[in-house]
Amino acid sequence: MVLTDVGAGLTWNLVDDVRQLFQFGFMVNALEAGTVVAVMAAVIGWFMVVRRQSFAGHTIAVVGFPGAAGATLVGVSALYGYFAFCVAAAVLISAVPHSRGKAFSQENAVTGTVQTFLLALGFLFVSLYRGNLNGINSLLFGNFLGITRGQVLTLLLVALGALGVLGVISRPLLFASIDPDVAAARGVPVRGMSLLFLVLLGLAAAEASQITGALLVFALLVMPAATAQRLTPRPLLGGAIAVALGLAVTWIGLAVAYFSPYPIGFWVTTLAFGAYVAAALFTRSTTGTGRAVGVRA
Amino acid sequence: MSALPGFALVATSSGVGGLLGQPFLRNAFLAGTAIAAACGLVGYFLVLRSQVFTGDALSHVAFAGALAALSFGVDPRLGLFVATIAVGILMGTLGPRGQADDVVVGSVFAWILGLGVLFLTIFTTSKSSADAKAGVSVLFGSLFGLSHDQALVATAIALAVAVAVVVIARPLLFASLDPAVASARRVPVVSLGLGFLALVGACAAEATQAVGALLLLGLLAAPAGTAQQLTARPYRALAVSCAVAIGDMWAGLTMSYAFPHLPPSFCVIAVAAGAYLVVLAAKRVSRRLPAQA
Repeated sequence: MVLTDVGAGLTWNLVDDVRQLFQFGFMVNALEAGTVVAVMAAVIGWFMVVRRQSFAGHTIAVVGFPGAAGATLVGVSALYGYFAFCVAAAVLISAVPHSRGKAFSQENAVTGTVQTFLLALGFLFVSLYRGNLNGINSLLFGNFLGITRGQVLTLLLVALGALGVLGVISRPLLFASIDPDVAAARGVPVRGMSLLFLVLLGLAAAEASQITGALLVFALLVMPAATAQRLTPRPLLGGAIAVALGLAVTWIGLAVAYFSPYPIGFWVTTLAFGAYVAAALFTRSTTGTGRAVGVRA
Repeated sequence: MSALPGFALVATSSGVGGLLGQPFLRNAFLAGTAIAAACGLVGYFLVLRSQVFTGDALSHVAFAGALAALSFGVDPRLGLFVATIAVGILMGTLGPRGQADDVVVGSVFAWILGLGVLFLTIFTTSKSSADAKAGVSVLFGSLFGLSHDQALVATAIALAVAVAVVVIARPLLFASLDPAVASARRVPVVSLGLGFLALVGACAAEATQAVGALLLLGLLAAPAGTAQQLTARPYRALAVSCAVAIGDMWAGLTMSYAFPHLPPSFCVIAVAAGAYLVVLAAKRVSRRLPAQA
């Protein structure tokens, strides 16, 4: 690509390499956006893994694809499409009645159908747009090129707002997540909490889509959080580990993607998955039963 | 460019006869029907066993498998079947009692999807730019692009999967509804679960050729959900699920033929989701009415 023509390429001098990363405006934007996204996705992802809603998180992110494709078709920035559709999907999912413990899970069938229909809709928008077919790949699998200053600012403001709300509701949310029945008996508004959290999840998924694409948000939303929970059940420490992992994965992923011909989505998922596998092996070898908060009998 | 020529063609060439006069449509209908039947049957058990997420994960494995095969210069169908069946069985062995854990499934699947993107890049950069469409057709299917031979092979495999599901339907139903009692009665619950996941894998590989890796979940989940709304009896629901899937496929293909700029996979999924929505809404209305009276 263009990068190899302009930059000096990878050298053995680490300091030079890092300096090279900050040489171009688009790369600085990508690193800043990646940082914002990694922090937000890791924190909200931690709650999502505790609440065992990774399927919902994935669906919400996938819904971002038709949003982004539709926005491109209409001529608006894809970022707004991600936000609009992800939040709408979150509200829609929370409207479906929960059927815990039933053999036949209507909820899963509905979620799966909605998700697929929206992907099909995204495909329709892209084929109506008749633009460059590579565009579809960057919407699905991420693209760190072409993030503007304005977008970085939008990402930052949304992330600050969402994390602020999460900070306020974090204690009752954790209570409602770990034991919904007792929490409801103690007067915690479990249903309202669930809706609010899904909206936050929608925002996080939309932000993560910007870096990883709609299909690979698991890399930033689920894997750092799941790794952290393998290592510790404590919320604060776990959250901190998740954020650190998310940042490391994003920064290293962006740097490697800059120097290599292969896409960011591949690097970010590989790094995050590697960390998860390492943590799983580590906890299995040290404690034998290294399972954390989310798993209840 | 416009919808008119295709629409006029349907109107003048006397309905179904004209529709099946086109060889590419005959192939699409032949393979589509068999694939839909297999998806309807497998999908019913998938939803019954709450393994929709596993089906979703497998569908994405199909993407990586097909593109890996393409980038190594092998027939993509080989990559599809090897990848989906192997990963289906693997996920069964990872999770407790043949059912895989959400986070494990999700993480493995995201990484495999990442690998798929790597293979996509290798494939598109090593071959000519005309191949850039390969990724899109694996993701979203190419029903109208099937050759006669491809359609025949797809039909044969789909029918084999459908027959296999029907054969194990009775014990599988028992094992799905009450695993504890079933294993006490010496039903091989674990190996049934693994065998079923292998069938889901084969079905996913088949459906990838029809509606694409990203959309096959709709063909698995929507007819099954629709059937479950229509009847509570398991065998009847299984048959209804199969029939609904085939109906969705036929309606979708006809719709795509009538409106040429709607891609066939979009039409099939739109019909399937629409039918499910209508049945859900009708059920809700009919449940609410007597309560108010």
